[in-house]
Amino acid sequence: MNLQGKKVTLHDMSLRDGMHPQRHQLTPEQMIEVATALDEAGVPLIEVTHGDGLGGASVNYGFPAASDEAYLRAVVPKMTRAKISALLIPGIGTVDHLRMAHDCGVETIRVATHCTEADVSEQHIGLGAKMEMDTVGFLMMAHMIGPEELLEQAKLMQGYGANCLYITDSAGFMLPDDVTARVSLFREKLDADVEVGFHGHHNMHMGIANSLAAIEAGAARIDGSVAGMGAGAGNTPLESFVAVLHRMGVDTGVDMWKLMDIAEEIVYPLMTHKVRVDRDSLTLGYAGVYSSFLLHAKRAAEKYGLKSTDILVELGRMKTVGGQEDMIEDVALDMKKAGTAE
Amino acid sequence: MTTKVKAAIIGSGNIGTDLLYKALRSEIIEPVWMVGIDPQSEGLRRAKALGLKTTAEGVKGMEPHIAEDKVQIAWDATSAYVHESNNALVKKHGVRMVDLTPAAIGPFCVPPVNLREMVGRSEQNVNMVTCGGQATIPMVAAVSRVQPVEYGEIIATVSSKSAGPGTRKNIDEFTRTTARGVEVVGGAKRGKAIIIINPAEPPLIMRDTIHCLTERAPRQEEIIESARQMIAEVQKYVPGYTLKNGPVFDGNRVSFYMEVEGLGDFLPKYAGNLDIMTAAGLRTAELIAEEIQRAEAA
Repeated sequence: MNLQGKKVTLHDMSLRDGMHPQRHQLTPEQMIEVATALDEAGVPLIEVTHGDGLGGASVNYGFPAASDEAYLRAVVPKMTRAKISALLIPGIGTVDHLRMAHDCGVETIRVATHCTEADVSEQHIGLGAKMEMDTVGFLMMAHMIGPEELLEQAKLMQGYGANCLYITDSAGFMLPDDVTARVSLFREKLDADVEVGFHGHHNMHMGIANSLAAIEAGAARIDGSVAGMGAGAGNTPLESFVAVLHRMGVDTGVDMWKLMDIAEEIVYPLMTHKVRVDRDSLTLGYAGVYSSFLLHAKRAAEKYGLKSTDILVELGRMKTVGGQEDMIEDVALDMKKAGTAE
Repeated sequence: MTTKVKAAIIGSGNIGTDLLYKALRSEIIEPVWMVGIDPQSEGLRRAKALGLKTTAEGVKGMEPHIAEDKVQIAWDATSAYVHESNNALVKKHGVRMVDLTPAAIGPFCVPPVNLREMVGRSEQNVNMVTCGGQATIPMVAAVSRVQPVEYGEIIATVSSKSAGPGTRKNIDEFTRTTARGVEVVGGAKRGKAIIIINPAEPPLIMRDTIHCLTERAPRQEEIIESARQMIAEVQKYVPGYTLKNGPVFDGNRVSFYMEVEGLGDFLPKYAGNLDIMTAAGLRTAELIAEEIQRAEAA
């Protein structure tokens, strides 16, 4: 694979996707510490919000240690070069949250929908574009449909005003060929000035391999997470990814050594859950299940005396989508009933 | 014998058509007009075949006939964007409006919770909140009538096929309006609503999760009994309203896992979200019709 001379924008997820393993309990102070260090290391874009995006504070997903607004107001003013992004999932967050984030100085808004439901994002992408934000369409669980079908959804978001379209492997299910097929089709068929991005999960250990495939196929933005801190087995571990890219002659503008220090000295010590490829996260990837279900399934398994992998496999069989965390206790109760009946 | 109260359906889409089938069975209401905006609309064609007058010119097309056709009740099954102008046109003629859009210019109505008090006030316009609201607010109310609810949260999951263009174009209206309904009608001090659209095939039956955080430890026995009664009330007009699991009591959290299967009049059974809306809309209109009849008899 020859990526010599390619340019890529790296986007850190540790303070958004990383909220999932932390049960949304990162404090604004911890966020400042990580974000300022990432800024210093030259990471150009950092996402900050509740794990489920703006407005995610809930019984269903978990109440965070602070409000989205408190996190953003804490972090944004501390940045010297890095820009802050926020995630918004229509159906959970609204344009009111988007306006608030914009007011806090967020420059990139990423509007996320399930891969087949792009048309719920018109209001939000439209407003982001109107406010001249860097507006990204984020198609989640992108493994569930084929490249052509995914492209149709991306075109809708492009039509609403998105200037960047993401293929989001929320379940960490994809293999490099799946990524190549989708990214190259996007690159070929979307407008030339629209960027293509890839967001991976490391559930099958494929985060780095998939992200490399994405760059080769024309992706200009790649999501990763320092120390891999993200849902499931985490996101593409950013420091390892940068090391690989530098060996391959890709220009990232990021200081690899500083990134390693952040992982080692700041992020690993603050982790309350060991983010790694274990039995449950591997099951997520193998069965194609939304990564943030992980801890919810572990809790339900413990409470109802079930095996968490069984719950996750059942959620995959039911073709659940992102956001359906409420199904986990429901499924566990069904399984318990069925078990008692036997 | 009293004559049926005449009614108009504004909106010839799926909701309007399902409502038409239900209204044709009513013993007290007679649907006489179906209003659309597309001459090619299947819904208008179907309504015409069933003997209704139709127009593809919007409410303006029906307006000159409101008085002579004695239309006294209208349902608006269009979208929040046009509801206000639709309402203004029929209001001039004294027509009572049951609003099925999330426009919410009138007070919220969730039949098993507040229909009686709503009708007694002779409101010109009542709003049916949202499909998710109809499916969940009764359960929030079932808890809040036992003891104070600090926070009510609902998660409505609907199949992709049952989420129409109106809902999709303005999904924020859904979350905002439903959350407000959870507070105003459900009785929770703070409300939150989440909607998930799932494209699985075959389409999933509407699912709803209701979480209440009570101020003090939940009074379990009373909540279980209150919920049982409330579910029975809803089942009077939506027989497929079922508690799948729960209530789960976990500290101050009280959770219900519901499934809503529709009657399958015009809409498929999985679209319980749409069915509960049309059924609640008809139920509300019937109570208004009774009130109109009483006033005319007096």
